[in-house]
Amino acid sequence: MHAAIQAEALVKRYGDVTALDGLTVDVPPGTVFGLLGPNGAGKSTAVKVLTTLTRPDSGTATVAGHDALAEPALVRRSIGVVTQRAGTDPQATGRENLVLAGRLQGLSGTEARSRADALLARFGLSDAAGRVVRTYSGGMARKLDVAMGLVHHPPVLFLDEPTTGLDPAARAGMWTEIATLARDEGTTVLLTTHYLEEADQLAERVAIVDRGRVVATGTPDALKSDLRGDTVVVGLGPDDDPARATSVLRDAGAGEVTTEGRALRARVDDGAQAVPALLAALERNGVGVSAITVARPSLDDVYLRLTGRTLVGAVEAEVAA
Amino acid sequence: MTTLVPHTLHLTGRHVRGFLRQPAFVIVTLVQPLIWLLLFGQLFRGIVVLPGFGAGSYLEFLAPGVVIMTVLFSSGWSGMAFIEDMDRGVMDRMLSSPASRGAMMASSVAYTGFTTIIQSLVIVLVAVASGARFAGGVVGVLVMLVAAVLLAAAFGSLSNGVALLVRQREALIGFSTTLTLPLSFLSSAIIAREAMPGWIQTVATWNPVDWAVTASRSALSADPDWTGIGWRLLGSALVALVLTALATRAFRAYHRSV
Repeated sequence: MHAAIQAEALVKRYGDVTALDGLTVDVPPGTVFGLLGPNGAGKSTAVKVLTTLTRPDSGTATVAGHDALAEPALVRRSIGVVTQRAGTDPQATGRENLVLAGRLQGLSGTEARSRADALLARFGLSDAAGRVVRTYSGGMARKLDVAMGLVHHPPVLFLDEPTTGLDPAARAGMWTEIATLARDEGTTVLLTTHYLEEADQLAERVAIVDRGRVVATGTPDALKSDLRGDTVVVGLGPDDDPARATSVLRDAGAGEVTTEGRALRARVDDGAQAVPALLAALERNGVGVSAITVARPSLDDVYLRLTGRTLVGAVEAEVAA
Repeated sequence: MTTLVPHTLHLTGRHVRGFLRQPAFVIVTLVQPLIWLLLFGQLFRGIVVLPGFGAGSYLEFLAPGVVIMTVLFSSGWSGMAFIEDMDRGVMDRMLSSPASRGAMMASSVAYTGFTTIIQSLVIVLVAVASGARFAGGVVGVLVMLVAAVLLAAAFGSLSNGVALLVRQREALIGFSTTLTLPLSFLSSAIIAREAMPGWIQTVATWNPVDWAVTASRSALSADPDWTGIGWRLLGSALVALVLTALATRAFRAYHRSV
């Protein structure tokens, strides 16, 4: 079976900034595929190219069996797009937004109205259907955005950061909805996110994006199992010297020791066995420990291993900048 | 191409509904031209003693001028709706959907035409209520509406095209205000052609704003110059067509910039 989305060596520059630097992805039909990376990694630019909003400087892209560069009109009929920005008319009601989207996708008036009502019911927006979108809460507006992308039963759906800015309850609801789409309706979903748990929860396959290219791709489990062993995070006391603590951990047999503020992160073969020895070594050398945790590898560890930065750190650096 | 007409209808409906839902905006739209009419009407009341103003009151002379100036100012803002759509993400959603680009432009033009007609009729009614008498009657008013809508189409498209190129409110406002005032004053909107300096008369001959004013004023007069009106409307229609087509091409520039 052909891939639902296939991008090959996409390059896109904006002036001196290289947003995509040879990005390649291959998304099998009927799956949820996650593009994971911090803001500025090139995920949104990749979505813009694949949804025919912009053209790459080089590379090829096929979406739902159509060449995105040569046949953009055919691609536009086959995709639903939900971007980070709303995309709904604030002066129109929820129902009017959906009906208009349906008409522009070629549905008849009757089809568009019944589809709009079905989607409003499915997303729990029936009561708000006649209210203008300006009055919607953030979570309601986000649901309407996703509903807008589904009006014409697209075989391929793009969700660019679908849960950014949502509270935990709304996020969980959105996750359930996305999972249902792929499972029950066979929709191929390409999801971009900088939330690790989101990719871990939803995506059957994940591509980790860094500086405009895919640095690793596979199932979340396969990516994590490439990292052998466990992660130990040691919280230091206020008077401790991180450099000294680092060398103590190294001498005690821990690998890949990195520092993040007052915490050290290290890799060991078996966490449960290693922790007593590490604690003893730290105490012997006069390093006070405020906390110690052991974790199975996360996608964050995968990201750190591949890019030399933690995803959380990269996102925070982005915010600080 | 087959989607152009239905998409234009759907998108025009969206604009009109949005307009009617903002009562403050509706009121401003209706009141603003009246301020022009009454302000200029008072300010220049004595001007009719100058040559070229004909026998009637200044209000009768001024009304078509204010109609066209109002159209120019309103349509110059047309591109703001495009920029709002860009900021909100509506533009990107439309452009990654099968929505017809021509319809996106045409619906904006149709909506500008809709507000143009409302504003023009309000001005005519208030002028008549204030004592102005238009010998050209209903036919004259209809011709003025055609001239006004054609100018609105031309200038609204220009505003939309610039919006797609600059993608920024401040730049669009700057562009629009820099163009609207000189274009108004380089026309016979508020002053008779005969009372203008020679060079302004020459500029006005090539100014589509003056075509619209002159055609409207002539059509409203007792003795319309139908040949002159016909040529000016034809010229306005051509300018409107060319600018609408060029503005639709500006979507390509927008695609390149996102």
